[in-house]
Amino acid sequence: MAGNIWVLAEASRGQFSEITFELLALGREVAGQAGAPLEAVLLGSNARELAQKLGAADAVLYADNAALADPVPESAAAALAQLIKERQPAAVLVPLTNISVDVGVVLAAQLGVPFLNYCKDLKAEGGNLAATCVLYGGKMEATVTVSAKPAIIGVLPGARSADAGRSDKVAAVTDVAVSLAEQKLRFKRYLDPAAGDVDITKQNILVSVGRGIQTKDNIELAQELADVMGGAVSGSRPVIDQGWLPLTRQVGKSGMNVKPKLYLALGISGAPEHQEGMRGAQTIIAINTDAKAPIFNIAHYGATVDLLELAPALKEAVEKRKQGA
Amino acid sequence: MDILVLMKVVPDVVEELEVGPDGKSLDTSFLRTILNERDDHALEQALILKDKHGGKVTLLTLDAPDIDDVLFTALAKGADRAVKICGVESVQSTQTVVRIFSEVIAKTPGLLPVDLLLTGVSAIDDLDGLMAAPIAQQLGWPYTGVVTQVTMADKTATVIKEFAGGVRGEYDVPMPAVLGIQAAEKPPRYVPVAKVRAAMKSVTIETVDAPAVEAMAGVEVQQMAKPQVAGHAEMLEGLPEEVAGKICELLAKRGLI
Amino acid sequence: MKHIAFQDIPVEPLRQTFVNIPPWAQIVTYVGGAAAMGVFCYGLWRHVQRWRTGKAEKVDWNWAERVKALLLYAVAQMRVVSDAYAGAMHLAIFWGMAFLAMATGIATVDWDVTYLLMDFQFLKGNFYLIYEAVADLFGLALIAGLVLAFYRRYVMKPKKLETPYPPTFGFDSAYLLLILLGVAVTGFVAEAARLAAQKLPWSAWSFGGHALAQAVWGMSQEGLVTLHQVFWTLHAVLALAFIALIPWSKAFHIFSSSASIFLHKLTPAGALAASEGVAGVTDLTWRQLVQVDGCTWCGRCQEACPANLSGQALSPKNIVLKLNGEMLHATKANGNGATARKLHGDVIAASELWACTTCMVCEQVCPVFIEQPRAIIDLRRHLVGQGEVDKGPQDALTKLQRYGNSLGQSDRARAKWTQGLSFKIKDARKEPVDYVWFAGDYASYDARVQNTTKLTANIFQKAGLDFGLLYEAERNSGNDARRLGEEGLFEMLRDKNMQAFEKVQWKNGNRIVVTTDPHTFNTLKNEYPWNGNRPSVVHYSEVLEQLLGSGKLAVARKLSGQRVTFHDPCYLGRYNNIYEAPRNVLKALGVELVEMPRTRERSHCCGAGGGRIWMEDTEKIAERPAESRVREAAALPGVTTLVVACPKDLVMFQDALKTAGLEGKLVIKDVIDLVEEATRPS
Repeated sequence: MAGNIWVLAEASRGQFSEITFELLALGREVAGQAGAPLEAVLLGSNARELAQKLGAADAVLYADNAALADPVPESAAAALAQLIKERQPAAVLVPLTNISVDVGVVLAAQLGVPFLNYCKDLKAEGGNLAATCVLYGGKMEATVTVSAKPAIIGVLPGARSADAGRSDKVAAVTDVAVSLAEQKLRFKRYLDPAAGDVDITKQNILVSVGRGIQTKDNIELAQELADVMGGAVSGSRPVIDQGWLPLTRQVGKSGMNVKPKLYLALGISGAPEHQEGMRGAQTIIAINTDAKAPIFNIAHYGATVDLLELAPALKEAVEKRKQGA
Repeated sequence: MDILVLMKVVPDVVEELEVGPDGKSLDTSFLRTILNERDDHALEQALILKDKHGGKVTLLTLDAPDIDDVLFTALAKGADRAVKICGVESVQSTQTVVRIFSEVIAKTPGLLPVDLLLTGVSAIDDLDGLMAAPIAQQLGWPYTGVVTQVTMADKTATVIKEFAGGVRGEYDVPMPAVLGIQAAEKPPRYVPVAKVRAAMKSVTIETVDAPAVEAMAGVEVQQMAKPQVAGHAEMLEGLPEEVAGKICELLAKRGLI
Repeated sequence: MKHIAFQDIPVEPLRQTFVNIPPWAQIVTYVGGAAAMGVFCYGLWRHVQRWRTGKAEKVDWNWAERVKALLLYAVAQMRVVSDAYAGAMHLAIFWGMAFLAMATGIATVDWDVTYLLMDFQFLKGNFYLIYEAVADLFGLALIAGLVLAFYRRYVMKPKKLETPYPPTFGFDSAYLLLILLGVAVTGFVAEAARLAAQKLPWSAWSFGGHALAQAVWGMSQEGLVTLHQVFWTLHAVLALAFIALIPWSKAFHIFSSSASIFLHKLTPAGALAASEGVAGVTDLTWRQLVQVDGCTWCGRCQEACPANLSGQALSPKNIVLKLNGEMLHATKANGNGATARKLHGDVIAASELWACTTCMVCEQVCPVFIEQPRAIIDLRRHLVGQGEVDKGPQDALTKLQRYGNSLGQSDRARAKWTQGLSFKIKDARKEPVDYVWFAGDYASYDARVQNTTKLTANIFQKAGLDFGLLYEAERNSGNDARRLGEEGLFEMLRDKNMQAFEKVQWKNGNRIVVTTDPHTFNTLKNEYPWNGNRPSVVHYSEVLEQLLGSGKLAVARKLSGQRVTFHDPCYLGRYNNIYEAPRNVLKALGVELVEMPRTRERSHCCGAGGGRIWMEDTEKIAERPAESRVREAAALPGVTTLVVACPKDLVMFQDALKTAGLEGKLVIKDVIDLVEEATRPS
């Protein structure tokens, strides 16, 4: 398999997302198997300092262009397409996030190649890439051979640990030039969720509610429990969509990625998009009356009792212990 | 303001999914299909825009078992025209479907011009790519995905796209454009069975023949299987009070309370 | 036309109509009477005109039944008297007025027919004296009834008498009581004045007026003449005004309520009429319009309504009166069919309609046989037609349509519960059976109910019943989709089920469908056309009654230690009049049955019907219907078990025990649980 292994780095407003490092960790393995260098690609404007943090890669290709300052997928895709044409990598690993997925699919469309989707694992063998992809909402897994050149691969969050992709080494940055035409799409502004009182990504303990909470009033039960435990309340997408909790409390693909010491999931079924946001928690306890809920596959402990009874009972039990102690 | 909505059906995961005899695709004997949830939202978004701005909503889909129900339901909700592409295998890779759609859109008179082409941003069976971006590429139209809000004015659509952490982005897109819808502004509306039945009697679904297209090479499934569940939660038994007690113990042991 | 003076004393008791009234006044009276009748007839015609703006409806003109209903419920007022105070009060007023009207009628015949044309009066002698006494008796009864009514309305002030949406005018209730009181009192004062003026030997026969006359016995003759004339005039004016104004006040219920009773539903209570939904008041049928016009504002429906009692927006009384008001205030501009206001939104809020559980207690207690649930469902049908359905019910309807059950599980998994049994239940589509067991959604799919379902299967098997299931071909029966207002979905489910039944191989011509769920029971029995091949549809409590009665199910031990109470399911009791079968089962098992205060037709709904089980509580609920019911059961001394015969009751009451904090005090058991306990081999 000829060509380097590329990782598309994802940075938003001056910050790398965790998945960038997860992909570097995965890319390092694949590059090793393929016997090819691992290169990170960073597209931005005045972001060269950031490029230096990608030391886990053998080299960083940094393209600086004013048109790359804003998250306009067509610009990024056009830039990548130029770089690919010049440098002919074997594969490009694209983060499967809301920000980067459009870059990946537009790029694949421009190049006329497939975009391998839902990839959770990847290796190079026998001159090809072999991927494991998740299908049908997690009900099936497919082993797939990718022979397209270049192989544009969308990788799910959580494929590897981000720490394995971090490095203290200062990266070897190569400036590359791209010329970009005026794009039709115009980015106007970021819409930040109304400033919340609580940053759930900084909490040690999260009491998280899903559809099983049934009514807005019942969230009080979760709040009381969270208060007693010294934590905060968060929620899955349906709860936020109903308006029962603000956007800042949403855990999941479009919400926050949280890694608390304790994640107590009450009435959450555990759809893949939600799991993406909380699977990194140290201890996950799931309460759901449906014994088959996917949340139980990633939880450490679980129970099928009614959460409306468990929450007050747990609150009492914790209070008692705290008083006793 | 005319809108074209592309829809497809996907396996209904409420049923048990099994691997077929070839070991690399689904067993179709007990398979049921359901409209892709994101496409349902795309349809709803199209209808919301029609309610506001008038115009026509046209549906384009591949033939599949039970697709007529899907189309009549959409027509009863307010879509104006439904076109079904016949003569295809019902199971196709997404990129093959893209090619079929692109050909049909280009060659069938009356489908274009439209101001917007809406489709769901993703589906649970999109293995070799997503639908909207390649179609936009073929048409030469701008594209943006993960859209949760659309407003139209004159020649420009303003869309809101979801990022992460609750952050969203606002874009201006000149029309005509392709949008990959994540969620409509409101949940898909309800249409009573009586209206669907009325649609079945009063509206005909148009059909066109599928063009012969080459499948896109480069991605090949070797094997499909149910996922090995890496682990499972240790289940705590008993009444809520008992479970609460056990949880309390756990937490204490880990120094969390 | 003579002027009879007080001094013209007759030799024997004789009715002196128009005594002390000059001829010109007599003419005015006749003219006034004719005018009053004319105005009344015009008003009556206006009502009829309004009724005719409604849609067509076929009525079964079963004169025998309908006249019987008039006698029982309009004349004898059998439903009114279920409340002793209100019954006594209203009978006194009704019979008081009726008799006094008849007395006036008799007097008119005596004076204007027999005397005028045949020169002969029959109101004389003893007959006349008895006539006078009876008239006074009923006059006093009328006054007594009115006093009771005043006391009830203005001192006792029961909540059900509050009428925030009077279809006529705000003080109509006060007006009616006052004008009747005025008529009665002025009548007695005029009589008293006459008796005092004439001082006839037989005046004591008019004992009421005679007693009152003592107060003016010593007044001068001129004074009495004037007193009599003044009060006679007042009496005439008030009486004629009352008559003329009947069609514009709630007094019209005399006619419209009678019409409503006459037109009451003769088809089975559980058979709902189809319709396209009601967007405006003229979408109701003419018969429905007669019904809403017949409402007497009594409020018994509201008082019994579980939604209203739990603090929700619904009052069946207000729905009926709002519809009535819209009909009565219809303008020419709207074809005399409606006012300019929008029925949905301006007049009736969707939340009122969605709060209804269709328990039918309102219809059951209504003294004039108004079908409130039918009107509510008709209004719901319009909302569903517009797609204005909240998320909960929308999800349920979508799942029903797609999977044939409201729980959203695959239709293929419907019979999975049978996997735990030690025997295989026959597939009724493939093997001949006597009974087809139509289990229902909750019995088949809900983990909390499946145990009960398995027990039922075991019992049927033990009793040697030749039964089978429809397996995956069974669909939700459609009863609740229909009550939610989704008529098209009901038809679709109904047709699919009937298709499945066509495949059934019935043995020996016995065709019996046994159901576990009363909702299923109701619609299969009353609302499926069966296209001529109607099976006998029974509820499993009826089957158990038979099996225990015939000895096919033997009681191994009597459960005499258990003190239980039984909750009558709405769709078994009120909808289908089955109260005794489950009780006979319990009797056969030997339990001690204690009845709750709200028993049989007054059973208090668990709150799940009408699609409510799929809805989220959006309003603040004071006390859920199920909580109210379990508290009622727990309050019975020594009772430890609440017995149910419906899977929704089981689920609702088990939840209610937790939220009401009664978990140690009461358990919920299905009838089949007790049957199993009693018949289990030792």
